[in-house]
Amino acid sequence: MNKSSGLSDWVLFFGFAAVVLTMPLWLAPFGAAYPDLMQKFAIFGVFAIGFNILFGLTGYLSFGHAAFLGAGSYAAIWSYKALTMNVVPAILFAVIVAGIFAFLIGYVSLRRSGIYFSILTLAFAQMSYNLAYSVLTPITNGETGLQLTLADPRVLDAMVGIEATSSLPLPNFFGIITTGIPGFYFCATVLIIAFFISLRIARSPFGMMLKAIKSNQTRMAYTGFNTRPYLLWAFVISGMYAGLAGGLMAVTDPLAGAERMQWTASGEVVLMTILGGAGTLVGPVIGAAVIKYFENIFSAFNKAELQQIFSALPDGLENIVVSVASMFVGKGWHLTLGLLFMIVVIFLPGGIMEGVRRIGRLMGIGKKPETQPVSVANSQQGQANG
Amino acid sequence: MDNVVLHVADVHKSFAGLHALSDIDLSVREGETHAIIGPNGAGKSTLLNVCIGRLKPDSGHVVFDGENLTGKQPHQINQLGVVRVFQTPEIFPELSILENVMVPILAKRDGSFKLNWFKRFGAENEVRDKASGILSDLGLGSMLSEDASSLSRGDKRRLELAMGLSQDPRLLLLDEPTAGMARHDTNATIELLKDIKASGMTKVIIEHDMHVVFSLADRISVLAGGRIICQGTPDEVKADPRVKEAYLGEEQV
Repeated sequence: MNKSSGLSDWVLFFGFAAVVLTMPLWLAPFGAAYPDLMQKFAIFGVFAIGFNILFGLTGYLSFGHAAFLGAGSYAAIWSYKALTMNVVPAILFAVIVAGIFAFLIGYVSLRRSGIYFSILTLAFAQMSYNLAYSVLTPITNGETGLQLTLADPRVLDAMVGIEATSSLPLPNFFGIITTGIPGFYFCATVLIIAFFISLRIARSPFGMMLKAIKSNQTRMAYTGFNTRPYLLWAFVISGMYAGLAGGLMAVTDPLAGAERMQWTASGEVVLMTILGGAGTLVGPVIGAAVIKYFENIFSAFNKAELQQIFSALPDGLENIVVSVASMFVGKGWHLTLGLLFMIVVIFLPGGIMEGVRRIGRLMGIGKKPETQPVSVANSQQGQANG
Repeated sequence: MDNVVLHVADVHKSFAGLHALSDIDLSVREGETHAIIGPNGAGKSTLLNVCIGRLKPDSGHVVFDGENLTGKQPHQINQLGVVRVFQTPEIFPELSILENVMVPILAKRDGSFKLNWFKRFGAENEVRDKASGILSDLGLGSMLSEDASSLSRGDKRRLELAMGLSQDPRLLLLDEPTAGMARHDTNATIELLKDIKASGMTKVIIEHDMHVVFSLADRISVLAGGRIICQGTPDEVKADPRVKEAYLGEEQV
């Protein structure tokens, strides 16, 4: 906690912004520089950053964050249908609706901690998912998913004389269509703002209180803090981030389905955060990018491509290698991801960011104690003692 | 009785039929150091837990400066100025030593909740200066940025004392402040507590070490079997035959 940390935060922020905005350049060699995937990197980066505000700072593991993501998506689509195809109101609407939703679920779930809290959030999310499929069909359009139609009122657009005539209108940022590359830059800008806010939260007295709650919640009460509102705000802020991510999904692709609320989606953001490094600032974004990369690139490989790669090998060996390798690509990409996750959790409990730090230390670059997650400090302590 | 700050009135507490505390009546006067002694299992820690809201008494109540503490949440009791230092060090192991002390100061300054999420914690210069001042007074000034978990047990206890003192408590409750400390650490702690006493802070102290008790206490209450069997100045307590029987018999003073 030295006085120069203010400066190093700005370096971190501008470095982050530069890396995000130059994605189309440096992702090209990895075959990932297409707008669809880069949008996903940015959107799930926002989701994971927000999740980390709750899980990384307070240690409360929510298994229901996808509910807020889904709520944000539905809210954004309704904003398109009822008001305007401009994405700004859609996003605001998504964040507000997710925030209210998170307040209600958080208020109840935070009465418990530990595994009971996780189970409660999971139950609420699954309830939301099932409701979206059943009784809430008038709002969510059930299995078909919520879509735009030509007959939507779009009150604000109609007032300024924008009418959809023959084809469905597209979401736009004051006239700039937000699909493709412009869509990526829009999401990237939101990601950078979201990162900035999370940086400020982590460095604020409020963020310090959240870390102290993670460290020793009982002590906080005897220190004079009412921990409940701290946790509830952390929960709501992180729910609003999830809603923002859901809104961004609707920005790049204007439809919303209930599957976004399913527990697998909630679990995915947990994986992203832990893989990248819970409690670190950039770790969750890296985790999100890695998982989305695997999902999109590894799953696209097929047997023919593998045969091409290993064609230099003798025939018998080639067949064996290809059949082994094919278990890890295509539909088997989950296997690769699972192995990667296991390796990281076992050897780098602080996630990818811990690996980065270790390499940095090996190369003699100054350590960054500010980004050190507490779990790492613990495990190292344990090793030193044991 | 004049200037009673803490009044424990007719408190009963039992666990599963076992009477941990019965008929406890205790008054702590402004500015005094009040020691509570007694053999193991006498109910000393239970009494302290009732005072800070960790336990709810079955009957009776605890009044601090005109406010009934019974039924209040721990953080509300702390906000009134009643601060407890625990026997097993309750610190924030993952935070730095400096942060451990800055956090309670913020609790005192900002109240039980404040959503100051756009300020910089690192820019709280006054809070930091106060925290580092207290830490140097307690001999921890040279290791401010280290993790609190790296401290030795004795230093952790000192850190917790620093956390308690940083809140300028109106009533400080100390649970065996020297337990597990080496002799010279104990003496250093006694000197420190004497200094605090000179500042006029009201203290309740639970202690096993008679040396500590008789060097610090203005008045002593002796607990045995969940009852106060004797209350008075150190000399009166030393002379009381019931105390000798219940407690001092095993540890000649």
